[in-house]
Amino acid sequence: MPELKLNQAPAHVRHGSNMGQPLTRRDGVLKVTGAAPYAADSKVEGLLHAVLAVSTIARGRVTHLDVAAAKAHPGVVDVMTPENRPALAEDPDAKTNPFMFRLDLLQNDRVRYPNQPIAVVIADTLEAATEGAALLAPRYETEPARAGLDTEGRFSPNTVGVGNPAEASHGDVEAGLAGAAKRVEATYETPAQYHNAMEPHAIVAHFEGDRLTVDTPSQGLAMAQGRLAGLFGMDPKNILVRSPFLGGGFGSKGFIAGPQILGVLAAKLTGRPVKLVLRREHMYGPVGHRAPTRQTLRLATDGDGALQALHHHTLTASSTFDDFFEPASDIAHTLYASPAIRTSHEAVRVDSGTPLFMRAPGEATGSIALESAIDEMAEACGMDPLEFRLKNYAEIEPLSGKPFSSKALRECYRQGAERFGWSKRSLAPRQMRDADGLLVGYGMGTATFPALMFQANAKAIIKRDGTGVVESGTHDMGQGAWTAFAQVAADSLGLDIEQIEYRAGRSDLPDAGIAGGSAHTATAGTAIHRAGAAVIAKLAALATENPDSPLYGAGNAGVIAREGRLHRRDDESRSETFAAILDRAGLDQIEESGAAATDPAAAGAYAMHAHGAVFAEVKVDPDFGQIRATRLVGAFAAGRIINPKLVRSQLFGGMIWGVSFALHEHAAVDHRTGRVMNPNLGEYHIPVNADVPALEAITVDEHDPHVNDLGVKGVGEIGITGSAGAVANAVWHATGVRVRNFPITLDQLIG
Amino acid sequence: MNRFEYLRPATAADAVAAAAQPGAAYLAAGTNLLDLMKGGIARPDTLVDITRLPGLDTVETLPDGSTRIGALVRNARLAHDAGFARRYPAVAEALLSGASPQLRNAATAGGNLLQRTRCTYFYDTASACNKRQPGSGCDALHGDNRLHAVLGWSERCIATHPSDFCVPLAALDAVVETHGPAGPREIPLEAFHLLPGDAPERETVLQPGELILAVRLPPQAAEFAAHSRYLKVRERTSYAFAVASAAAALRMEGDRVAEARIALGGVALKPWRAREAEALLAGQKPDAALFRRAADAALADARPSAPANAFKIELARRIVARALTLAAAGTPNRIPALPASPFAHQTGGAHHA
Amino acid sequence: MSSPLTLTVNGVQRRFDLDDPRVTLLDLLRERLDLTGTKKGCDRGQCGACTILVDGQRINSCLALAISHDGADILTIEGVAHGDALHPVQAAFIQHDGFQCGFCTPGQIMSAIGLIREGQAGDDPERVREGMSGNLCRCGAYAGITEAVLEAHHTLNRKAEQAA
Repeated sequence: MPELKLNQAPAHVRHGSNMGQPLTRRDGVLKVTGAAPYAADSKVEGLLHAVLAVSTIARGRVTHLDVAAAKAHPGVVDVMTPENRPALAEDPDAKTNPFMFRLDLLQNDRVRYPNQPIAVVIADTLEAATEGAALLAPRYETEPARAGLDTEGRFSPNTVGVGNPAEASHGDVEAGLAGAAKRVEATYETPAQYHNAMEPHAIVAHFEGDRLTVDTPSQGLAMAQGRLAGLFGMDPKNILVRSPFLGGGFGSKGFIAGPQILGVLAAKLTGRPVKLVLRREHMYGPVGHRAPTRQTLRLATDGDGALQALHHHTLTASSTFDDFFEPASDIAHTLYASPAIRTSHEAVRVDSGTPLFMRAPGEATGSIALESAIDEMAEACGMDPLEFRLKNYAEIEPLSGKPFSSKALRECYRQGAERFGWSKRSLAPRQMRDADGLLVGYGMGTATFPALMFQANAKAIIKRDGTGVVESGTHDMGQGAWTAFAQVAADSLGLDIEQIEYRAGRSDLPDAGIAGGSAHTATAGTAIHRAGAAVIAKLAALATENPDSPLYGAGNAGVIAREGRLHRRDDESRSETFAAILDRAGLDQIEESGAAATDPAAAGAYAMHAHGAVFAEVKVDPDFGQIRATRLVGAFAAGRIINPKLVRSQLFGGMIWGVSFALHEHAAVDHRTGRVMNPNLGEYHIPVNADVPALEAITVDEHDPHVNDLGVKGVGEIGITGSAGAVANAVWHATGVRVRNFPITLDQLIG
Repeated sequence: MNRFEYLRPATAADAVAAAAQPGAAYLAAGTNLLDLMKGGIARPDTLVDITRLPGLDTVETLPDGSTRIGALVRNARLAHDAGFARRYPAVAEALLSGASPQLRNAATAGGNLLQRTRCTYFYDTASACNKRQPGSGCDALHGDNRLHAVLGWSERCIATHPSDFCVPLAALDAVVETHGPAGPREIPLEAFHLLPGDAPERETVLQPGELILAVRLPPQAAEFAAHSRYLKVRERTSYAFAVASAAAALRMEGDRVAEARIALGGVALKPWRAREAEALLAGQKPDAALFRRAADAALADARPSAPANAFKIELARRIVARALTLAAAGTPNRIPALPASPFAHQTGGAHHA
Repeated sequence: MSSPLTLTVNGVQRRFDLDDPRVTLLDLLRERLDLTGTKKGCDRGQCGACTILVDGQRINSCLALAISHDGADILTIEGVAHGDALHPVQAAFIQHDGFQCGFCTPGQIMSAIGLIREGQAGDDPERVREGMSGNLCRCGAYAGITEAVLEAHHTLNRKAEQAA
């Protein structure tokens, strides 16, 4: 893999300082010239190509594979099946912690979901491997598929999401409902969705003696390394995972998935380096998806429109062999004040791949249902949807009773509404038209996402030439990690960003945890900040304890680092360069580490969330029901913004996912077979450029002293919440038709 | 993709001879064929590459005023040919509403006629499909069939034809010029595609090896230029196949319709010409009620192939009525920014600028 | 059986024997010519990540057989910049943050160059959005992409005027 050069002009445009500045991406030149290396771009001498054969049934056994036909194809080197798959040190069906998902690694002939890998064909060329896989022509013993939320065997899971209780409540919801002036009860359905990152999962695996090197996109390098170590019985130190760039992840690359490990197994089987890249249709099974839900909302208000009861119930589906339960109801814990709130979940098991985290898992699915129901409740009360939300504004987190660490949601509502022109909205639906006669609708939704902290480590180095090196095995999946962390690193060392070398994207660097939960910048950023502070303290000690330094006697607290120099805080004219300090000390470099994790005290005392308000305009053809989300304005309060340019992009991306959730994407599952009938990008629609003509994202100032040292809350996922509901509500406002089965399709509007 | 023999004949006669052999298929741009081969839906033994055949890549006006579109003319080139777009604006608009700019730059006129249905069960080799595998059944009939046919379908096949281009061509009496083992012939476009009936595997009237040389628009087709539109309802603003579409073309004499042409797309396994609706308009003063009657006539024989697609019948009526309204209002000077879209501004000017 | 094939790739004429007629232009570039800037997102003409210019026209290289394009002139993302000087479209993509993960970016940029050459969209944002709709971006960088294409259109127009 080529060395990454991230400082090439003119990609990096300086705007002054570091944090808070809208720097262009440091990896920009690499990405616009095609030089940014993604996993499938790796080239190793003697590389073989591997292609999966996947199951076309949902449940049963593979009874025959025409291995001979595949092997007879010129160029095919080997076919890996359960018969000859190299032994593993760990059962792929073992599960010793909730983050360990069961994998399909050809452990037997069983089929438990459509598109499950059932063999791997390895060949000299991609063409031969691809055709070899087709020639296997599997035969099956087929059992009936269990598909859809009406499958038998509904049960209450022990936990949902990441260990959240499946049931939670405060107050008496039934009493609140019974005594209410107005009530709304409605059921909403959300479909299975697939992450569909533009980059298919890919791996290049290469054994050299007892060492393994893999190039594969990963949102969690250390976890991937650990999983490989467990499965292959290797010392993690002998495994190097490289992932300098992910072509999108959205949760599907959080855990190394079965197909990636099959690539490693193919390398082991053949004794040669192997590249395995998923075909797009292979991504609809073994690499996770967002589970379908059926959500029932029961709301009640008093005569003034104040909520008296809110019950959010979710029915979802996991696979037959593993547990991931979409925590859709949990969004109701935090958003709206009510004396009685209850959230509950049930699930069924279906013959699908195991669902997984997908951008705002739980929050996205829950938000579109809750925001729709809130809109329906506002309508029932005859109130403007914004007025209704303000009426039910949560001053403290309703379910926990905790104060918010910070919450500038009122300001989001105000700025967003003003910028959008919300006051021009008619109260009644189907009142507004544009000059062409298209129906126009305005809708809104509240956005929220928890401000989480996981665990991360970093190392900061100051070199004798006065420059800095900061290392943390962070992951750039498009959010801009290469840039944002370098900004944090530069400020932590008091250096110009050009004086910093930032190293990331490899498992042999300090473990930066995962890029997920919108917590990567907060967590790894804090670790970097602390590593920088620690090494500056070390440097300061060298200076202030040495009588030859102009800083002698200043004490650690008495100096600040700026532009490569330490200054006495009480007399800034007295200063010394980093280089001079190290030079005098005769040190080539000094280094320190930093770590970050959840602060239990803060987490116990405060509810910590980012918030936002999204306003959407849609146009709908009155005769055809064709919909276009013509304008979205989102105002978000997410604590400190490290780089407003990247944050704008992140928020736009989330908002477009909201449009997609409301109007476009869904897996068309044939319930007779459990199979996804649109496993491609032609029929599984995600928005194209023309679908989202006008977006605006406002970031509202918010200072949060509790979430972490940096005051960062994260913006990766919040954009989808609120937006999906805003679009759905706008469609209702445009048409007067409330569609509760997502995505909203034109047949539901005109049928 | 299976292994195949690749041939690149120098003459049409050689191409026809090669392609008449069992298992042979013509390759032009390959935008549909390679997709089908990658999915295992098509597994030809021989590809006969016709992209170098001489004389098939021109758009020419013939002495009688008709326009001859060579089979290898790329969709984008044809749509952006100013003279062509002026005379056949609905054809140009239909072309520009199809696929993506990249695909339109590659895809050919002849290939567009031969593109195969997008029915997901046809595309999925694990499903039963009488078109792909005669006699295997039709999994779409009781499956995910929200967008399937409402006209001309049979119990054997409820798929639709995906072409936009063919819809105005059918309306304008286009003729397909071919050369086959039995020599040259001409086939009206309307008769070119076959309804499924009992043999949905037969998609066109072409004989083995028969090569499309050109599509010809007769001189009369240009007489509709001032009142021609294509309208396409989709589930995404762009880069999506039609849920349903219609081409409408009017030849006006004073304030009356002298002659009308209507065809529908996305509703049947072929572009669906609506002659009864056309007859109803002839000699009449256009108004909304008349257009609605014409729309009703166009869909008179429609019936859903499944409950899920019943909505398409009324949708198609509304599309016909709107397309007629737009055509009556006059062809815009320039093809709208969003070709054939309901979101193409009727009032002119760029919104969202 | 192998077939001789000549292609001009990024201005350099390359001759080689193609041992398999199934090889697409995309796989030829990526797997045999080590030009991995062009990306494979779907391999079925449904995402635009593999967009290149062939004889000046943007096409999906995944749906083009290499053998059928003998003699073609091919421009890929690797051939767009002149040394260290980025093409105006590339520079504008950076400036307007017209990408996030970057995987669709080479295809977006090649498509934008093709779009500007086609001359149909001009400075109309709606035509640019429609003209760029053959390139999916799952990160949702469309706003920046549209801004970048419009700016590059103006830059290239200015350059053309200055040259004239």
